Amino acid sequence: MSIEIKTKQCIGCGRCCKVCPGSLICLNGGIAEIPHPERCWACVSCVKECPVQAIHMYLGEDMGGLGGRLHVLREGTLLHWTVRKPDGSIRTLTVDSRDSNKY
Amino acid sequence: MEPQIKTLRTEFIETDFLIIGGGTAGCYAALIFCEQADGRVLIAEKANIQRSGCLAAGVNAINAYIVPGKTPQDYVDYARTDADGIVRGDLLLTMAEGLNRTVEKMESLGLTILKDEQGRYVTRGSRNIKINGENIKPILAEAVKEKPQITVLERINVFEYIVEDNRIKGAYAIGVDAPVLYVISAKAVLCATGGAAGLYKPNHPGFSRHKMWYPPFNTGAGYAMGIRAGAEMTTFEMRFIALRCKDTIAPTGTLAQGVGAKQINASGEVYEQKYGLTTSQRVHGTVMENQEGRGPCYLRTIGITPEQDEDLQKAYLNMAPSQTLRWLESGKTPGIQNVEIEGTEPYIVGGHTASGYWVDTNRETTVKGLFAAGDVAGGCPQKYVTGAFAEGEIAARSAAKYMNSTAGTFDRARYEEQKRWLEGFLNCPQASFTTDEVEEAMQAVMDEYAGGIGSHYRFSEKSLNIAAEKIRELEQQAQTLSAGGMQELVYILELQERLTLCKSVIAHLAAREETRWHSFAENVDYPDSSPKWNRYVNSRLEGGRLSILFRPLVQEGETYEH
Ligand SMILES: Cc1cc2nc3c(=O)[nH]c(=O)nc-3n(C[C@H](O)[C@H](O)[C@H](O)COP(=O)(O)OP(=O)(O)OC[C@H]3O[C@@H](n4cnc5c(N)ncnc54)[C@H](O)[C@@H]3O)c2cc1C
Ligand code: SF4
Ligand code: SF4
Repeated sequence: MSIEIKTKQCIGCGRCCKVCPGSLICLNGGIAEIPHPERCWACVSCVKECPVQAIHMYLGEDMGGLGGRLHVLREGTLLHWTVRKPDGSIRTLTVDSRDSNKY
Repeated sequence: MEPQIKTLRTEFIETDFLIIGGGTAGCYAALIFCEQADGRVLIAEKANIQRSGCLAAGVNAINAYIVPGKTPQDYVDYARTDADGIVRGDLLLTMAEGLNRTVEKMESLGLTILKDEQGRYVTRGSRNIKINGENIKPILAEAVKEKPQITVLERINVFEYIVEDNRIKGAYAIGVDAPVLYVISAKAVLCATGGAAGLYKPNHPGFSRHKMWYPPFNTGAGYAMGIRAGAEMTTFEMRFIALRCKDTIAPTGTLAQGVGAKQINASGEVYEQKYGLTTSQRVHGTVMENQEGRGPCYLRTIGITPEQDEDLQKAYLNMAPSQTLRWLESGKTPGIQNVEIEGTEPYIVGGHTASGYWVDTNRETTVKGLFAAGDVAGGCPQKYVTGAFAEGEIAARSAAKYMNSTAGTFDRARYEEQKRWLEGFLNCPQASFTTDEVEEAMQAVMDEYAGGIGSHYRFSEKSLNIAAEKIRELEQQAQTLSAGGMQELVYILELQERLTLCKSVIAHLAAREETRWHSFAENVDYPDSSPKWNRYVNSRLEGGRLSILFRPLVQEGETYEH
């Protein structure tokens, strides 16, 4: 389980590098890089922080991952979470941070 | 390529109140200290306080709250039953009395809490309230950053206390990026570094090895520093094993308590009643069902409504998004397929069990001026987020009082020794093993001989002896490792912390000659529990040797002093 950084999308703002609780991301030539993806805890802090949705989370194959990707777009208090399934189809779930968990 | 770092620069920093670890307890303590005293506060944090520690991904509920009709004493009784008696009544009660106050404060800072039409918090079960916990850490971090009294020093890794005549004087740290040795002097110190993950082989030892429940970045620094400084520690034998969604290791409470999902075996039989309902019994039941061929085990979610199904997917996005990804990428959402569960590797976490510093009722450790709160502090299980806040509050008040009486001066020359030792790793050309290899070897030893997943959490005196010997060997190897830069140097320090803690865990497991908590401490030589062991197992490093001591139970109503 880890993250993937879409280097073409990355604008090098460095926010992901700052926020990671394991200090796992760095800028290399102005582009974000995770030298040790196997150290990732999958807390998605970086995914939420990236202003251009360049960071996607996936489940490692060793834990039964199927190749799907998760990323999120922030809009005020709304978080639009998008899962791109292995077959290319997309599912978006929106959560408002002013709403509590029902459970 | 950056030039290879070979030497460290030394920086001296002075403060009044040093807080090690800007997590849940640390950040909250900083806020409370500012309400109590004028002194300078320095938070030394290895990452960035916005998302560091347990709260990074968010939490699903407030697990410790005194709901209407219940009292703090009820909470104490619950925690005592769950730990089968091995708790500190004084710590639990003082923590429980502070819980609701901390929730009010968090709400005033912006935490979303579910309320009914009358404006009362909506409860979940008899101790929880419902929140949106996704942004709980950023809310806390923002409040800290607004206080001019507080300085936050990020990306610095604290690794050793400065103690003279059993009185705290400060701590040493290194930069995670900058080649700097920080020598921090303080009048009072709070240790709030959280618990320890990564001692045992994890559920997925390969690529996904860090997909664990507890943060892999909480490496037990606070425990190890305390052990080395000769602080008395308690109840390391009460390990914590979490029952979690298989593979993603996501929490199960939302399924069990939220939609009432029951634990069932492969034949669909509800087995939880058979083994008991305490936290350790639930883990044990799952282990037994699997071992006796009735596994795998599940939480029965088939049959929930489509609306509940979607609400669960959203709820997990607020705390463990990997579970939602798992559901959606496979198409097997909880309404369609039961959620398989498994036990994790053992952790040492004083916020769930009772492992950690032996503190007095004011949360002062046996080292004068050194306080402890949150997962690193012992004797007070089931504290969770709000309990960590409440302990941070008590510790901050105690530290504010202590400050007036002491000054933080010490012999500065000793830092040279630390600097040379650290530079040794940076200048070591090539070591026989890498840090990762030694870490993996340590996890394998703990798994096989000290009751990890692979040994169904069981151990014996003989197996613990082997574990102790092998860990000692690995400790030698960990002194001759090579670091290619600051981050690698941090990894070496983290490994050494874990090895130090492993030795204490092994000694504690061996000392409690009974099985009081299945799975958490399953001693095959002593399969039953005995009233003789209604006491604490504590330990202290004395003259280089770890000695075990036993202490009688402390009840609520008492004020415990060292
Ligand atoms: C995944 C997860 C989900 C949880 N869900 C819930 C829930 O829903 N409800 C609930 O009530 N409780 C929950 N808990 C429990 C609760 O979050 C913890 O008990 C509590 O947050 C612990 O607080 P702490 O301050 O002790 O540790 P943390 O908040 O982890 O803080 C420790 C801090 O110390 C820093 N640190 C560590 N070592 C060093 C070092 N050497 N130098 C400098 N800094 C260092 C870390 O980076 C971190 O910032 C959950 C825990 C986890 C792990
Ligand atoms: S998901 Fe979390 S641990 Fe992984 S790289 Fe991003 S911030 Fe770091
Ligand atoms: S946050 Fe996004 S854009 Fe900014 S550096 Fe990281 S990946 Fe690049």
